[in-house]
Amino acid sequence: MITIIDYGIGNLQAFLNVYKRLNIDATVAKESADLRGATKVILPGVGHFDHAMQQLNETGMREQLDDLVLEQKVPVLGVCVGMQMLAKASDEGASPGLGWIDGRVRGFSSWEPAGELPLPHMGWNDVRPVADSPLFDQLEDDARFYFLHSFFFECGSDANVLAVAQYGADFSCAVHADNIYGVQFHPEKSHHFGTRLLQNFAEL
Amino acid sequence: MLRPRITPCLLIKNGGLVKTVRFDQPKYVGDPVNAVKIFNEKEADELIVLDIDATAEEREPNFRLIAQIAVECRMPMCYGGGVKTVEQAKRISGLGVEKIAISSAVIENPSLVSQTAQEIGAQSVVVVLDVKKRTAGGQYEVFTHNGRRGTGKTPMQIAQEMQAGGAGEIVVNSIENDGVMKGYDLSLATTMRAATTLPMTVLGGAGSLADIGKLIAACGVIGAAAGSLFVFKGAYKAVLINYPTQSQKEDLIRSAVMQ
Repeated sequence: MITIIDYGIGNLQAFLNVYKRLNIDATVAKESADLRGATKVILPGVGHFDHAMQQLNETGMREQLDDLVLEQKVPVLGVCVGMQMLAKASDEGASPGLGWIDGRVRGFSSWEPAGELPLPHMGWNDVRPVADSPLFDQLEDDARFYFLHSFFFECGSDANVLAVAQYGADFSCAVHADNIYGVQFHPEKSHHFGTRLLQNFAEL
Repeated sequence: MLRPRITPCLLIKNGGLVKTVRFDQPKYVGDPVNAVKIFNEKEADELIVLDIDATAEEREPNFRLIAQIAVECRMPMCYGGGVKTVEQAKRISGLGVEKIAISSAVIENPSLVSQTAQEIGAQSVVVVLDVKKRTAGGQYEVFTHNGRRGTGKTPMQIAQEMQAGGAGEIVVNSIENDGVMKGYDLSLATTMRAATTLPMTVLGGAGSLADIGKLIAACGVIGAAAGSLFVFKGAYKAVLINYPTQSQKEDLIRSAVMQ
């Protein structure tokens, strides 16, 4: 069962729709009790980092999520701000992140390579895997995904970078550590490319 | 490489899909949800949905219809029309709409941009500027209420205000070119591109894929939105929802970049 975390932020319906079309069971968790039986977890997210962390903390699911992910090693996929929340901290705010993957979220606006490029980074961009991962199984070489963000995940170690995209220079757009995955782009709104990735996650 | 976006724009009136000419003569062209399903199959880059009556009739957005469209929509979607408050924007965002377009309300009250950005994130706040020249050869001016009410401000001025206020994208819509299908107003597009560092989408005038190519050649990575082009076919404007294939888009972008 794919369990999508509902903390009042992010487009849950889009994930449910994709999994419904794939005939894969998916449900929504609003509180700890709903996490029972989760074999895969998706953490969506949009908007401000601090607001997202605060909302998630207020659901009371934090403790059980930590247990599921860090102890029981249930695969988790963070999406967009949900991916950024996997980091220890973000330049966007003051709240600590989940700290599940070593790294820090940085802003394009203070990142030299992005220079004068328009912000937010918005639209369809190529995603280039830099490590072998079942998450990218059967994706075409020219796979592209929809991005909508001004901040990005800077990994503490290159070993955690799964894929890069280019905006001024390469930045990590997919990260990974053990059972923990994060993607900066929106697979739930990226047509057949995203559907494939979400199916791959379900089949991990 | 970040690609230019090619974006169908759907106009809603009385719950139906319509297409206008110069913001007038709305012609019924079908059911919006059905159109969204077709654009799903064609894997459109994103979708803009504008309720053209909401503000003029001083009513709230049609949340039920927005929900119906959002549930079907498999591409990123921007909704605009009648959004006046942060609460409305939040509610629409909660329905699964990635971007909320605001026009007259932020022009009247620019602080609404930052207030809305704080709640739903700057990346989700889109400002739509309906533009025409007040006199032939004169300066561009932004209009609201379906092109009937002048603001006395140029689109460049307002775009800069909105950028300072924390908007995430500007949509510039040429009233004079709406539905005319003779090409974008490239001088407006390039002037606007130079006026702001926000992502931008240009709407109004596209009559062919070549017109989109010309816009991309002039402005680089930009959003090229079109209504008539993607809902009509042929000289007699028979209703036929259409959209370029992936390889047509690739060819278009490649040749535009080389121009």
